[in-house]
Amino acid sequence: MDFHLSKEQEMVRKMYREFAETEVKPLAEEIDEEERFPMETVEKMAKLGMMGIYFPKEYGGAGGDVLSYAMCVEELAKVCGTTAVIVSAHTSLCCAPIFEHGTEEQKKKYLPDLCSGKKIGAFGLTEPGAGTDASGQQTIAVLEGDHYVLNGTKCFITNGNVADTFVVFAMTDKSKGNRGISAFIVEKSFPGFSTGKHEKKMGIRGSSTCDLIFEDCIVPKENLLGKEGGGFKIAMQTLDGGRIGIASQALGLAEGAIQEAVKYTQERVQFKMRLSQMQNTQFQLADMECRTQAAQHLVYAAAMKKQEHGDYSKEASMAKLFAAETASDVTRRAVQLFGGYGYTREYPVERMMRDAKITEIYEGTSEVQRMVIAKYMGVK
Amino acid sequence: MKIIVCVKQVPDTSGKVAVNPDGTLNRASMAAITNPDDLNAVEAALVLKEQTGAEIIVVSMGPPPAEGMLREVMARGVDRAILVSAREFGGSDTYATSQILAAAIDTIGVEKDDIVMCGRQAIDGDTAQVGPQIAEKLGLPQVSYAAEITKDGDTITVKRMLEDGYMTIKVKTPCLITCIKELNTPRYMSVGGVFECYSKPYEIFDYNTLKDHRFIDKDTIGLSGSPTNILTSFTPPQKGAGMMLEGADKATCEKLAGIMAAKHMI
Repeated sequence: MDFHLSKEQEMVRKMYREFAETEVKPLAEEIDEEERFPMETVEKMAKLGMMGIYFPKEYGGAGGDVLSYAMCVEELAKVCGTTAVIVSAHTSLCCAPIFEHGTEEQKKKYLPDLCSGKKIGAFGLTEPGAGTDASGQQTIAVLEGDHYVLNGTKCFITNGNVADTFVVFAMTDKSKGNRGISAFIVEKSFPGFSTGKHEKKMGIRGSSTCDLIFEDCIVPKENLLGKEGGGFKIAMQTLDGGRIGIASQALGLAEGAIQEAVKYTQERVQFKMRLSQMQNTQFQLADMECRTQAAQHLVYAAAMKKQEHGDYSKEASMAKLFAAETASDVTRRAVQLFGGYGYTREYPVERMMRDAKITEIYEGTSEVQRMVIAKYMGVK
Repeated sequence: MKIIVCVKQVPDTSGKVAVNPDGTLNRASMAAITNPDDLNAVEAALVLKEQTGAEIIVVSMGPPPAEGMLREVMARGVDRAILVSAREFGGSDTYATSQILAAAIDTIGVEKDDIVMCGRQAIDGDTAQVGPQIAEKLGLPQVSYAAEITKDGDTITVKRMLEDGYMTIKVKTPCLITCIKELNTPRYMSVGGVFECYSKPYEIFDYNTLKDHRFIDKDTIGLSGSPTNILTSFTPPQKGAGMMLEGADKATCEKLAGIMAAKHMI
């Protein structure tokens, strides 16, 4: 496999890095502490084309590629897990399904505002009773003339309180099980739509997470995404792409924690020597680096396979599983290397450890990734 | 209308400056960056482009790898780039460089509505001579140290920032302006800009392109034609920490006067 980055990919990574260091890192601690959505950062990212990286220019995108998108989420996550997931959820979970499954009219109507960052996107699949088992959808959609009427509640929706455009799933025919699920494009302003309370979370605390509430919500018939009954497939395909985003977030968190740990252990002196001179530190950091590099290879391979329009489900699941568990492991080890200081909010590694945990849970738990991988291996 | 911006690739001097045994700068061991003041000039040009629709052309003299820097500048929104590059031009001092760049700019053509912009100075030489020398060669009015630029028709109003205050000057196009960091904050490259920059027009002006230009005299370009001789380059010793006195009362003033008197400064 060729991991040679193009000149454009090298250049765009340099830009992400400068942007993350200058604009994102200084806010990371504050937005975590205050649980504040960094709208000012989103506005800056929007101007630079970071809210629609791999979509064609004709739909308002930046004309980049999937790997350039993955690198963006990675570079943001090195300094701020919250900012990384804002871009990931917006791009992978809202722009992507509209681009991949929308009609030409839907793409022209919604993508320019989403890709230019004028509007933020979100994705509503999870329900209180339908988490990993997404097929247990209770939200229903009933066709009445020229519109559908949606009723139900979605929960844990990333970007929920700040988004304008949502890709939402609901049962149009309960008797058909998975094949009775349909996808819809819902606007914040549609009658009967509202958002619930902000969830207080362990990590990625600056990101918006809330319920979506549909009470006789009127959705025009033309906002059906794909075919009626084709929603479950759209959801699963969307999550495949989303996993590349979350894997990139996890990768960035691990890389960021390593950077911090290398810096700290070269400064901290105990027993009249720098921590970095101790074999334990060297072995820990070497292990952390190896796992993280391996994660990067899996993530980039998945991104490149998606770019080539291959079936990348297995690669995306492997990337997410490995990167997420690496992020949790590496950030935990980083806290340990920092000792007592690592446990305080004076240093960023405890935040990184809290942020890393969610990557093992959302957009398919690690257990779900193992199920997908085993299925592709033919293990039944 | 077009804006021609001169940019230079320089070694990043924010870290340790590496010097070769012969006293010259060891450029290979230091990261190459776009000269910071030049990015302020590029940003000023981009702002004027947004207001007027002007075309922006960047010109740089340097070795072929400087293409990377020029592509990055195009990723910020510049329309096209010209690299002036030839062995004959290598080792030029400011006198020789300004002749060559003036010849390149004259070859592009400076028309009535046009503006030439430069950074105040490059961080590797700190001379601040090339911009003004280009203006002299081209016979253009020059305004240096621009901290604010506004354009109204063919009149440019420039607020110059000097050591002891500001000076506001009105100048008609065509003219040359040198820019300082206080002028603006350079924008980032955009994602779309990055993916476009390798398809934007990029040209190399080599010796053959410029050799017949009236500014080009083989005896006054390149290392041999440069009147400046560098005897040595070195990292200056770090200055000790300064002493800060706080307060505006008589006692503090007396203390300050005492310190200055002890050092025979007053």
